[in-house]
Amino acid sequence: MAVVVPMSLREAVDALAANPGALVLAGGTDAMVEINDGHRRVGHAGSPEVVVAVDRVAELRSWTLDPGGSRLTIGAGVTYTELMEEPLASFVPALAEASRTVGSPQIRNAGTLGGNLGTCSPAGDGLPVLSALDAEVHLAGATGTRTVSVHDFMVGVKQTVLAPGEIITAVTVPLLDGWQGYSKVGVRNAMVIATASACLAVDQPTRSVRIALGSVAPTIVRAPEAESFAAGHVDWGAGHVDPATAGEFGRLAAAAARPIDDHRSSAAYRRHAIDVMARRLLERAFRGADPT
Amino acid sequence: MSIVETPRVTRTEAPVRDGVIGRSPLRPDGIAKVDGSFQFSSDLHAEGAAWGATLRSPHPHARIVSIDVSKAWKIDGVDAVITAADVPGKATYGLIAHDQPVFASDVVRYVGEPVAAVAADHPETCRRALEAIDVVYDELEPLLDPEAAIAGTHPPIHPDGNVVRHQRIVRGDPDATGEVVVEGTYEIGMQDQAFLGLEAALAIPDSGGGGVELHIATQWLHEDRGQIAACLGLPEDQVRLVLGGVGGAFGAREDISLQVHTCLLALRLGKPVRMAYDRAESFLGHVHRHPATIWMRHHATADGEIVKIEARFVLDGGAYASTSSAVLLNAVTHTQGPYRCPNAVVDGWAVRTNHLPCGAMRGFGVVQACFAHESQMDRLAEACGRDPVEIRLRNVMRTGDPLITGQVVESVAPVERCIRETAALPLPDEPIGGRDADPMRLPGGAGRTADVGHVRRGIGWGVSIKNLMYSEGFDDYSTARCRLADGRVTLKFATAEVGQGFVTIAGQIARTILGVDDVDLARIDTGVGSAGSTSASRQTWMSGGAVDAACRQVRERLFEHVADLHGLDPLQLEIDGTDVVDTLGDLRVPVAAATAGQVFDETVEYRHRPTVDLDENGQGDCHVAFAFVAHRAVVDVDPELGLVKVVQIATAQDVGRALNPLSVIGQIEGGIAQGLGLAVMEEIVQVDGRIRNANFTDYLLPTMLDMPPVVATLVEEPDPQAPLGAKGVGEPPCISSTPAIVAAIRDALRDDAGRARPLVRVPVRPQDIALSGTASPDG
Repeated sequence: MAVVVPMSLREAVDALAANPGALVLAGGTDAMVEINDGHRRVGHAGSPEVVVAVDRVAELRSWTLDPGGSRLTIGAGVTYTELMEEPLASFVPALAEASRTVGSPQIRNAGTLGGNLGTCSPAGDGLPVLSALDAEVHLAGATGTRTVSVHDFMVGVKQTVLAPGEIITAVTVPLLDGWQGYSKVGVRNAMVIATASACLAVDQPTRSVRIALGSVAPTIVRAPEAESFAAGHVDWGAGHVDPATAGEFGRLAAAAARPIDDHRSSAAYRRHAIDVMARRLLERAFRGADPT
Repeated sequence: MSIVETPRVTRTEAPVRDGVIGRSPLRPDGIAKVDGSFQFSSDLHAEGAAWGATLRSPHPHARIVSIDVSKAWKIDGVDAVITAADVPGKATYGLIAHDQPVFASDVVRYVGEPVAAVAADHPETCRRALEAIDVVYDELEPLLDPEAAIAGTHPPIHPDGNVVRHQRIVRGDPDATGEVVVEGTYEIGMQDQAFLGLEAALAIPDSGGGGVELHIATQWLHEDRGQIAACLGLPEDQVRLVLGGVGGAFGAREDISLQVHTCLLALRLGKPVRMAYDRAESFLGHVHRHPATIWMRHHATADGEIVKIEARFVLDGGAYASTSSAVLLNAVTHTQGPYRCPNAVVDGWAVRTNHLPCGAMRGFGVVQACFAHESQMDRLAEACGRDPVEIRLRNVMRTGDPLITGQVVESVAPVERCIRETAALPLPDEPIGGRDADPMRLPGGAGRTADVGHVRRGIGWGVSIKNLMYSEGFDDYSTARCRLADGRVTLKFATAEVGQGFVTIAGQIARTILGVDDVDLARIDTGVGSAGSTSASRQTWMSGGAVDAACRQVRERLFEHVADLHGLDPLQLEIDGTDVVDTLGDLRVPVAAATAGQVFDETVEYRHRPTVDLDENGQGDCHVAFAFVAHRAVVDVDPELGLVKVVQIATAQDVGRALNPLSVIGQIEGGIAQGLGLAVMEEIVQVDGRIRNANFTDYLLPTMLDMPPVVATLVEEPDPQAPLGAKGVGEPPCISSTPAIVAAIRDALRDDAGRARPLVRVPVRPQDIALSGTASPDG
């Protein structure tokens, strides 16, 4: 087994071009668990012979705001800890909230947004936020670069459109004008995998509400019926939502979920949790945080 | 008239020395454990050691048709491949019944049962070798329903049968009835001890052949040695055990796991062998807390005095007996809790199934019983229109009361004081979410699922009784050796230090009794007599008693020596600070000076009083002593999402005498964390006999954000039966904290009519709270 440590994106792409089956290692918070559990192998017959460790690639570890200040591009190697810090936390508050729910401080110091995408678990905490924001994912490979919608990027449980030799370089999200937040149910109060999660983002200028759901389908799913219902029933002028609207929004969001029974929870509870979280998120968005 | 002469000796005004009984000196291994230099058993290494690994059954129940190891032998670096055919001695082991094979030879009875082991130059080579072993199984119908084991509707899955033990208790008038009757069926899930220091061992064969030295993290070196030697076909004196650094135990290290396998490989190779489990293998490699289904019916007078308790216990012991029979004994004999009960009819079964084997875990059967009896006490309170504290005080047990086994509680039994002292502790003074309304402090924590308005607060109670030491006629003893020379004490014992702090209090005892400050602890190994197990809350009493007795004998020798030199009666000497003083004269000589050039060396075996087996009606003095505790939980609940945040646990615990108050608080906080885990998150999930969450992603332990502040009062009423007045303190904290937390959740969920939700199962899952209809099979 060989480990390649590129110092630039160019070197990383070249290394991957030379070893299209290589394992791309960033924070290692998913990959090392899988390796230690024996679920992923490296350096053996039928498994990658090369690891490309990208944590020293400066281009991946930075972020840029476009000149108009309306779009933020976050390098794939930006960590959860960095996403929780200013100014990124104010640019994309929901992503900061989602990042805070990931693991322990040590994990958040190592784990990256690109890794969250690369693993593409339905329980990935950053993904509902990227979905709600209609993020674009930037990929690079030997034949050039391409940009795909996050919705197209996610194909199935731990399946993406990444081609052999391709690397995730960055994610671009719009800076919306409106409330956004993330909620996640787990069976303990921190450091827990999502039983169900939801991200809600409001865009005031277009009077739109987006909601994306995690851990209730093979990939992150949006709830378009709930979104259009909310857009049509929220009192945009007063910035208010009545309980009946919030309730119906929750029910519609839950209807978009396609959860399963497993050892972590039941489909019925997951659907119920989406209902409650979606309703509460909408109420938070249009009444502000609980005044008490 | 007699004249009492006032001793003329002048007392020193020296401050109390830090290292004596009643103070809280630091652990001798504390700094090393914090800075990472402490050597846990997983850190053990030896030059040229081979690695060992275990092949395990993938099936809950199957006949082994054939095992072909030839391909494994062909892999470069493989040194040994062994199966049942390579066990030279006894083919089976076990703590009570020797029913568990070293390696399965004909039948596998649980997923994870060892079938073969290999040794190789590298863990990766071991892994390949295990993959290359070809085992052909013929799958059999697994027995997974404990009721089928009781009913006898499933063929025996083991030659010893499917029922490990049935125990009945009948006390007083079985036909007695009460005006108020409450009943419920309660379920307790399978909890894992989840120690952080995984199983690991290093076996070093004697040069020149013959014996073996095993470095091992265990709870009972001598019991391990007996079982290992029998399986190796060696006399016990050729098997020497040394305690490896233990990273937690909680009962999971009482049974044999990798001990025999490691020794077999080392003896086969004639070189050291290391074995170590990872987390997934650890879940398969040790016993767990028994899952249980418990039905109870309480009869009481209209004002809530218990008239009779009926109960039925079913404990799923899994594939092998381990300590199931003793766990069942504890469960059924603690049916009544810390309350008077004149009449009782109890039936209990511990059965064999094709689930993971269950055995010892902190609380040992009493955890299960307590969740049921405390849930019942709350139902009784509700039925009688009394509050939870009132109903408990109405029935509270006192010293001298008989148990349903007929045994009279001779222990100090300050149950009422525990309840009252707990009630006197202040409730949290902060509102839901805290004054700063930090979302992290609400149920759901970092997940930001709730706002303050979504959350309700509840308060719940749990009170418990726990037996101390081993029961039912077991010859329970501990050995300690004390050597005093040149003002320095060396203590030698085989007491397994598993984190509980015996290494701290052993020194405190010696300093107090012998007036020395320098105490060395010799290596903990089988080079001295057995100390018994570090379990059953017994080591402070038992090994503390042994160290105390050995030190006292040494002190007698010292007094004889000093008295000889000065022409005094040894009876008039005593220790004052660090001096030997004459209580009737002027002599004052430092212990260091008095022992210069002298060696006093005594070894003592300490025994507790004998106990007996229960008869067929469950009557008999089967337990040694008892400890009591009360817990009050304050819990914030998000009823819609079913998420909880435990806000505070208040507790007053009957400790006899706190030899080291800081250590006692450590046990209380740790035990409560474990009780909280069982209440709301910890459970091994098995589907069709296969564990689904053998990792810490899905087997959840409480984090700092889940564990609340603990406010504690130590109730110190020294027990005259205990050698130092001190009761064991390890188990009680985890026993009634669980039902207290669940009671608080129920309280928070009261409906408009004030009725609490039943919540009859632990751990309480979010869906049990949030989805009505799934929480209460009988409610």
